[in-house]
Amino acid sequence: MNWITNYVRPKINSLFSRREMPENLWTKCDECGTMLFHRELSDNLNVCPSCGHHMGISPRDRFTALFDGGVFSEVKVPAPIADPLQFRDQKRYPERMKAAQRDTGETEAMLVGEGEIGRTPIVAAAQDFSFMGGSMGMYVGNAIIAAAERAVERKCPLILFSAAGGARMQEGILSLMQMPRTTVAIQMLREARLPYIVVLTHPTTGGVTASYAMLGDVQIAEPNALICFAGPRVIEQTIREKLPEGFQRAEYLLDHGMLDRVTPRTKMRDELIIIVRMLMREPPAIRGDLPAPADEPALAAPEAPPEATPAAPKA
Amino acid sequence: MNNYLEFEKPLAEIEGKAEELRAMARANPEMDVEGEAAALDQKADQMLADLYKSLTPWRKCQVARHPDRPHCKDYIEALFQEYTPLAGDRNFADDHAVMGGLARLNDRPVVVIGHEKGADTKSRIERNFGMARPEGYRKAIRLMDLADRFRLPVITLVDTPGAYPGKGAEERGQSEAIARSTEKCLQIGVPLISVVIGEGGSGGAVAFATANEVAMLEHSIYSVISPEGCASILWKDAEKMREAAEALRLTAQDLKKLGVVDRIIPEPVGGAQRHRTAVISAVGKALEEMLAAYDGKKRSEIVAARRSKFLEMGRKGLAA
Ligand SMILES: [Zn+2]
Repeated sequence: MNWITNYVRPKINSLFSRREMPENLWTKCDECGTMLFHRELSDNLNVCPSCGHHMGISPRDRFTALFDGGVFSEVKVPAPIADPLQFRDQKRYPERMKAAQRDTGETEAMLVGEGEIGRTPIVAAAQDFSFMGGSMGMYVGNAIIAAAERAVERKCPLILFSAAGGARMQEGILSLMQMPRTTVAIQMLREARLPYIVVLTHPTTGGVTASYAMLGDVQIAEPNALICFAGPRVIEQTIREKLPEGFQRAEYLLDHGMLDRVTPRTKMRDELIIIVRMLMREPPAIRGDLPAPADEPALAAPEAPPEATPAAPKA
Repeated sequence: MNNYLEFEKPLAEIEGKAEELRAMARANPEMDVEGEAAALDQKADQMLADLYKSLTPWRKCQVARHPDRPHCKDYIEALFQEYTPLAGDRNFADDHAVMGGLARLNDRPVVVIGHEKGADTKSRIERNFGMARPEGYRKAIRLMDLADRFRLPVITLVDTPGAYPGKGAEERGQSEAIARSTEKCLQIGVPLISVVIGEGGSGGAVAFATANEVAMLEHSIYSVISPEGCASILWKDAEKMREAAEALRLTAQDLKKLGVVDRIIPEPVGGAQRHRTAVISAVGKALEEMLAAYDGKKRSEIVAARRSKFLEMGRKGLAA
């Protein structure tokens, strides 16, 4: 399936370069300090090629890499009422929303898409940490309900990529009520006997972890992702002792029996295909049996591919 | 009443003066102070009424956390008969921050579960100030399963600052335990009735209060985060808790308007901490009424009603 990588990458690059790195084409890995050409980084799904550090990735870029041919269609999410509490801290909530929308180019903190992975129909939902910390409010709740309903309608699995600091305080109690609301959504999938796979990405904390992000049939995390209910700082303040190395990181949770797997982002797609096909009792995915690039419909990203040389096939 | 809240200080002074006068009169029987003392009493009563007529959200937080308010144990002892505590999560430990077991509410057998904060230093430590660990939620899940199997209604009494932020709690899956408890609340085919009697703190409260009917005491609170926590994150200053308490809309009155809470149980002037018996019996009456509404309902109806209640939630804001 390498040709797909080659075919899709240039478009991601064009998005990436325009939105996030208008001038500087280099990024410094905050883990190992290596200077990385942004193209090299995005080709590797924002995983540092030199140390394996997983940086944030937007839901759109994730979906483009996840779905066959990078093709997915968005599932519509019913808009909740704006600013239900008329919340104001140092700024008004609607101002914070506008700033987040401007910075990310997205309407809210979760994107829901449907399409195929390895020729297996799925619905996917991905949380956007760059949008107000991915926080769970009414919209995110509606998005998960819409995703579950669509999966039930299409009789296909739901794969959810979580990333959030927790509940959206600006929606007060209504953000807290997304814990039961999203749990109802997961129950719809259970009753329809459809797989619900959670991929926990850095960071997934607070009320999000204490609801839909911990209720998967299979729980996978990206390496070194912080996954917790109470954050390490709060715990250190409470118990007044130093926490062990790697505390609340994906590998630590795996060791403590809280996860099924820790899987690098670059291997995630193949693994998800294998898992959902078995749970759906489908035969193994046939590799290479995919439509030729010329037959592909337009990508979700509207830009025309720039004249870029495809990257060399990766192992 | 010795435990005055900060905003009750002027009241403490007047009541203190009246007490002093009466103490003097006891020492010197020839002194006549009763007229003066009675005037002070009247002034104090008026002040109490004025203070409690319109409590600010931050003052409500203080009242909700008042150490003299009746706690879960007080309600269970006063309202239920044949209370038989059932302990443990069958996996790791028995969490003393959560009490629960079989009991009768006016002859009707039920399962009752609640957070217990403790009443003195020793019991507060033993109860971990009402902050449950994963074992507490897992005990609750077990008890809800038991109730479901034997067709007993479940009553939960919510009073927690939140889940315990500890090392072991995280290692043993705090978030998973809360998520499963919330899920269990939504699954059981028996009525689940919940009363927030003090503090409804975040996920720790949701894990018990995902109920068919949620009632709140007049001066209790229910919030996604404590005002102090919210202030330190959004205002970068924990001292802005008054502003945060306003903004969060965490009072029973606002939550009723938002459709998150179904009923408010009134507290006499001065709050539950001054009128423990009256408030406990008001809660008992409310529980009885809320339970009776589910008599004869089918299991599937009960589950469906609970689910659609939460799916519909949030359709209206405060402005509506
Ligand atoms: Zn690196």
